[in-house]
Amino acid sequence: MSFAGDITVAVTFTEFTQPEFWISVGLIAGIYTLVALGLQLNTGFTGIVNFGQAAFMAIGAYAMAILVVDVGITFWLALPLAILITMGFGVLIGLPALRLRADYFAIATIAMAEVVRVVAQNARGLTGGNQGFACAADDPTNCYFSTWRDVSGSINEFVESTFWSDPPSYFPLFLVVWVAVIIATVGMTYLQGSPWGRVLRAIREDEDAARALGKNTLRFKLQSLAISALLGSLGGAFLALNLSTIHPLVFEPLVTFFAFSVLILGGLANYKGVAFGAILFWFVLEGTRFIELPDPPFTETRIAALRLAITGMLLIGLMAFRPQGMFGKREEMVLGE
Amino acid sequence: MEAGQIAEAASPGLRERLEERLRGSPALAAAGVIAVIFVLLVISQGLHDVMQTGLNGLSLGAIYALGAVGLTLVYGILRLVNFAHGDFLTFGAFMAYLVNVTWGAPLVVAVFWAMIATAVLGLLFERLLWGPMRRKRAGFLQLIIMSIGLAFLLRAIYQWFWGTEIRNLDVNRSDVVELLGLRIGQTELIVVVVGVTVLLAVGLMLRFSLLGKRMRALSDDLELAETAGIDTRRVVLFTWIFAGGLAGLAGVLAGAITNIYPEMGFELLLPIFAAVILGGIGDAFGALAAGLVLGVMTEWSTLLIDARWKIAVGFVVLVIVLIVRPQGIFGRAKAI
Repeated sequence: MSFAGDITVAVTFTEFTQPEFWISVGLIAGIYTLVALGLQLNTGFTGIVNFGQAAFMAIGAYAMAILVVDVGITFWLALPLAILITMGFGVLIGLPALRLRADYFAIATIAMAEVVRVVAQNARGLTGGNQGFACAADDPTNCYFSTWRDVSGSINEFVESTFWSDPPSYFPLFLVVWVAVIIATVGMTYLQGSPWGRVLRAIREDEDAARALGKNTLRFKLQSLAISALLGSLGGAFLALNLSTIHPLVFEPLVTFFAFSVLILGGLANYKGVAFGAILFWFVLEGTRFIELPDPPFTETRIAALRLAITGMLLIGLMAFRPQGMFGKREEMVLGE
Repeated sequence: MEAGQIAEAASPGLRERLEERLRGSPALAAAGVIAVIFVLLVISQGLHDVMQTGLNGLSLGAIYALGAVGLTLVYGILRLVNFAHGDFLTFGAFMAYLVNVTWGAPLVVAVFWAMIATAVLGLLFERLLWGPMRRKRAGFLQLIIMSIGLAFLLRAIYQWFWGTEIRNLDVNRSDVVELLGLRIGQTELIVVVVGVTVLLAVGLMLRFSLLGKRMRALSDDLELAETAGIDTRRVVLFTWIFAGGLAGLAGVLAGAITNIYPEMGFELLLPIFAAVILGGIGDAFGALAAGLVLGVMTEWSTLLIDARWKIAVGFVVLVIVLIVRPQGIFGRAKAI
C-alpha cells in the first residue's frame, strides 16, 4: 500500500448544499429515529436491553407486504395490521424472555432477530427468500408499494404546483416519516410523564422495589416491549416503502446496532435527543459517500469498511468518554449493577 | 390383581423419586433427553445415518465448545458479555490464512501463530479497554455496547485488508477417510481429533491445575477469591490469554472446514452464546459439554429438516432452555 503524497482527497461540498442530500439523510434519519425511540423506551426508560429491534422492523415490513400482495388487503388496512402483528410477536417473545436477567434478555433478543432473518431467507414461499419480495408473481402491477407510489405521486404533484418545482421522488415519504417522528416524540414524552411512565422508571431503577409496591412489573415490561415493536415495525415499513424490494439483508443485526448508535449518540433517557442523534449519525455515514477518495486504496469494500469502523469507534468512544451521549443525563443512566 | 395394585401404588412413588433425582441433577436429565432423541432418531433414520451426522456434528461442536469456554470464563470472571468474541475467532482464521496461504508455511505453524496472535489480541484489549473501564466502574450496558463497537471495528479491519471475498486455507478438501463404515473428510477428522483433544486438555487443566482452579474460583466469586489471597490481576490476564488462544484455535478449525470471511465469527458467535447459556453462564465445564451437544444436535437436525434451516437449531434450543431452565443445564439457580 502506498500512501504517497499524490493522493488528493477532494470533498465536493456542492453535494452538501443540495436539498436532495439533506432530504435523503433526513429520511433515513427519521426512520431510525422511530426505531431508536422504541429502544429509548426499552433501554433508556425501562432498563431492558432490546437487541432484536431489527426483527420487529423485518416483521413489520414483511407482514405489510405479504398482506398487500398475497392476501390482497388494501395498504391502508395492511399497515396497521402489520403493526399489530409485530406487537403481538413482541409480547409472545417477551413473555418468556422478559423474565430473564438483562444480559440473558439481550442475547435472547439478538437470537430472535437471527431466527427471523433465517426465516426471511429460507421460507421462500412466504418471503421470497434471498430473491426479495416486491410484487405478485402473476401480476407485476400488484406490488406492496403500488398504493403508496400513487399517493406519493399525487403529493409530489401538489408540491410541484405550489412551492417546489422539482422535488425528489422520496420527498413525500420524508414528510410522512417526520410527521410520524414528531407525533411519536411528543407522544412518548407525554407517556413518560404519566403514572405509567413513572412505573417504568421505577422498574429501571429497582425492579424488586417496584414489585414490592404491588406493581406487576412483567406486564409493564411487556407493554414497553410492545410499544417498541410498534415503533420498530413502523420504521421497518417506512424503510420498505423507500425501497422497491424487501430483502432479508435489509434487516441484518447490524441495523439494530445502527439504531443503538443513534440512541447513544442522542443520549439515554431523553426522547428529544434521539432525532438529533439520528441526524448527526446519518449525516456522517451518508456524508462519507461524497468525500471523493482515490480508488486504490479506497475501493468500495474499503469505504464500506470505513463506515463500519466509524460506527465501531463511535460506540467505543462514547461508552468510554461520554456514555450519556449528547443530551442524556448521567444520573439517569442505570447501566446495570 | 394384587400385583397390579401394588405396582400402581408404587409407581407414583417411583415417579416422584425419579422426578426428584432429575431436578437435583439436571445434567442427568439432559443426558436422558439426548439419549431419548438418539434412540428415536436411530429407530426412525437408522443407526448409520445418525452416527454419520453425529460424527459431522462433532467437528462443529468442537468449534462451538472451544469458543464457548473462553466466552463463558470472560463472562464469569469479568462480568463482560463479549460480543467481540466471535471476531476473535475471525482474527485467528485470518492470521492462519496469512501464514498458511500468503506466506506458504505449513498449517501447524499457522495454528500456533493464530493462537498466539489471538491471545495477544485479547491481552491488548484488556490493557486498552476492559481494564480501564473496570477501574471506571463501567456498568453492564456500557461494556456490552463497547464490545459491540469493538466487534465492528475488528470486522472493518478485516474487510479493509482482506475484502469480503470468501477465502480458504491450504488444506486437503477431497480425501475421505473410512472409519467403521462412516465416511469423514480427512481435514474434518483432523479437526475433530484436535478439537476434542484440546477440549479434554482444557477440561483437565481447569479441573486439576492451580491456574484452572483459580480461574473457576474467580468465576464463582471474584471478591471471595481475592480475600482468599488469589492474585486476581494475574488470573485475569491468564484468562484473556486462555480465551484468546482457544478462540484463535476455534477460528482456524472453522476456517479449515468452512470458509474465511469477515462475518464468519459473528455467525459462529450466536451458537457459541447458545452453548454458553446452555452450559450455564460462567461454567466452563458446562460450556464444553453444551458446545459439543449443540454441534451434534445441529447436524442431527438435518436428518429431519432441510439443511438450510440447521443454523436455526441452536437458537431454538437456546429459546427452549431459556424458557425451561434459564440458568442452564449445569448452572445454579442463583445465576439468573
